[in-house]
Amino acid sequence: MNTGVDMTDKVRVPLARLAHARSGDKADWVDFGLFAWNAAGYALLEREVTAERVRAHFMPWLGRDLTGKVDAWLLPNLLAIKLVLRGALQGGGARNLRLDNLGKSMAGALLRMEIEVTPFELAQALATPRVGWWGEGAP
Amino acid sequence: MKSIRIGAGLGFYGDNWEPVVATLERGNVQFIASDHLAELTLAILQKDRQRDPALGYARDVVPMLLRLWPLMAERGVRFVCNAGGLNPNGAAQAVLAAFAAKGLTARVAVVTGDDVLPQLFDASKPADDLAHLFTGEPLAGVRERLVFGNAYLGAQPIVQALDAGADIVITGRVADAALFLGPLVHSLGWTLTGAMAQADLDRLAQGLTVGHLLECSGQGSGGNFGSQGAWQAIPDLAHMGYPMAEVWEDGTALITKAPGTGGRVNFDTVRQQLLYEVHNPHAYHAPDVVLDMGHITLHDEGYDRVRLTGARGQAPGDQLKVVAGYRDGYKAEVTWGFSWPDAWDKAQAAQATIRTQLLEKRIPHDELYIEYPGLNSAHGALAPLPDADALNQLNEVWTRMVLRTPVKAAADGFGGLFPWLALSGPAYTCGFHGLHNTSELLGIWPTLIPRAAVEAGVRVELLQGTAP
Repeated sequence: MNTGVDMTDKVRVPLARLAHARSGDKADWVDFGLFAWNAAGYALLEREVTAERVRAHFMPWLGRDLTGKVDAWLLPNLLAIKLVLRGALQGGGARNLRLDNLGKSMAGALLRMEIEVTPFELAQALATPRVGWWGEGAP
Repeated sequence: MKSIRIGAGLGFYGDNWEPVVATLERGNVQFIASDHLAELTLAILQKDRQRDPALGYARDVVPMLLRLWPLMAERGVRFVCNAGGLNPNGAAQAVLAAFAAKGLTARVAVVTGDDVLPQLFDASKPADDLAHLFTGEPLAGVRERLVFGNAYLGAQPIVQALDAGADIVITGRVADAALFLGPLVHSLGWTLTGAMAQADLDRLAQGLTVGHLLECSGQGSGGNFGSQGAWQAIPDLAHMGYPMAEVWEDGTALITKAPGTGGRVNFDTVRQQLLYEVHNPHAYHAPDVVLDMGHITLHDEGYDRVRLTGARGQAPGDQLKVVAGYRDGYKAEVTWGFSWPDAWDKAQAAQATIRTQLLEKRIPHDELYIEYPGLNSAHGALAPLPDADALNQLNEVWTRMVLRTPVKAAADGFGGLFPWLALSGPAYTCGFHGLHNTSELLGIWPTLIPRAAVEAGVRVELLQGTAP
C-alpha cells in the first residue's frame, strides 16, 4: 500500500498533542507533572522527554538563571513524568518580577516542547482510547 | 469496615468557601480541613503583623466560619485549618469574638510552636546548620534580614486537639496534608507517633496522599486542568465542587465530590493534583511519613469517583522542614500602552526615554525587567513573537516595566518618571498605571531543623467558646 507518507519518517509534534501538564513552585524551583493520555502516548514521552531535552527547551528563556540539572522521574503507574527545573523563578515567587511570578503558566511552556515521532506512532497514540474516564462529553 | 468522610475547605488565603456549602449539605462529611497558607502567604501575614500585632493570621477564616459554622454545627462536622498563620491565638480570638456577636459557640483549639524565628536568629549555631535546602548556602548571608521562619509541623497536635474534643482546630504552619491526616488518625485509630510497622506507615502514606489531593480545593476536582483542548470537558466551572474523600480503616480511599456540583474527579484530574508541587515522587517528605507514589493506583469507578490505593510509607527523618523569608530589596512596576500605528516601535522609544532618565538621574537599581503582556509575559523567549513589521501592525502594545532596587526611595520614585511623557513622549499612549507602586521583595529560605527542638515547644490549648 502506498499512502504517500513514509510512516517511518519522523515528524515534530508539540507535547500538547499527546499530553497534559500542571506546574507548581517551591521557592526557586518549578515542578511539572506531565501526563500521557494512554500507554501508547506514555511510551513516546518516556523515549523523548528526557531531563536534558527539557533543559534545552527552556534554555533560550531561562538559561541565565537555570542552575543545576533538570530532574526527571518516570511514573508508569500514573503514565506520567515528574520534572523539576531549578532556578526557574528569579529566586522565588516573592522576588520574581515576572507577571506570572509563581510559574502557574509554565506548564503551558512545557507543552510547547516538540518531540520527534513517526506518523504511525502519532496516529496510534491519538487513536488509542484515553485511560481516564470522562463519560459523556469526553475530550 | 469503619470509614470517615472529609472535605476540602480553602486552597489558599483568598479562596472561595461557597463550594464547601455543597459538601456540607450533600457530601455527608464529618470533617472539613482548610489550607490557608501557600508558601508565600506568611510573607503577606508578616506585613499585616508589622502594621498591627493583633493580626498576622488569615483573616478570611472569620467570615468563612460565620457562613459555614452553623451548617457544620447542626451536622456535627468538625473543622481543621491553618489560618492561624503567624498568630494562631489571634485567629482564635477573632473567631470567638465574631461567634459571640452572633450567638454561636464552639470549642476551639489552638496549636502553636511552629515559629522558629528565634532559633534562626541564633548566630552561635555552626555555620552549616540551617543551610539553604536547595543551594546549600549558609544562613549567615541573610540572617539579619529574616522576617519570619516557621517549621512545618505534623498531624500529632491536630490529633491531640481532636482527641480533647475540639470542634475547631486552628494551627499556624503545619504540613498542608497534615490538616487532613490529623482527622483521619483521630477517627480511624491509626498509629502515628513512632509508627514503624509497614502496615502503619502505608496507612499514613494513604492518608497523606488524601490530604495532598484535597489541600488545593478545586485543583483536585478539575480546576486548573492544564491541557490543550481537554479542559473544556470539565463541566460547570461556576459551580465547582471541591474534592472530598471517604477513607477506610485500612487506608483505602475514594476521592469524590458532592453530587450536583461542577468539576470532574477522574484519573486525569486527580493525577494532575497528585504530582503538584512534588519533587522526588518516591520520597515526598512530610513530618509524619515519607511517601512513595511509585505504586499508587488511581482507578475510575464512574463519574467523579476515583479509588486510591498503593501509597507506600517510610518512617520520617529526625528533621522538619522550615520555610523562612528575608527582606530582599524592592520593586516598582509600571504598565504602559501604545496604540496602532507603530505601537511596537513607540513602546521601544518610550523604554529608551526611561533608561535615559534612570542613567542621567543615577537612580540605583539592579535590574529593569521588561515584558509585554499579551505577547510574552507568560512564556518569555519560548513565546514566538511576530516579525518587526507585524509587531508594528498590532492594535496595541503594552509594556510592563519593573525596577528591582535595594533602595526604597528609588522604587518610590520610579512611577514619577512616566507622567510627563504623556505630552512629551511617543503618540497615542492608551493607558498607564503604577505611579505609586512599590512593594518589598522577599527571598524564601527553605531549610531543615532538628525535629526534637521544635516538637518540644508545640502547645495545644483548648479554648471554650462563650455560651449564648
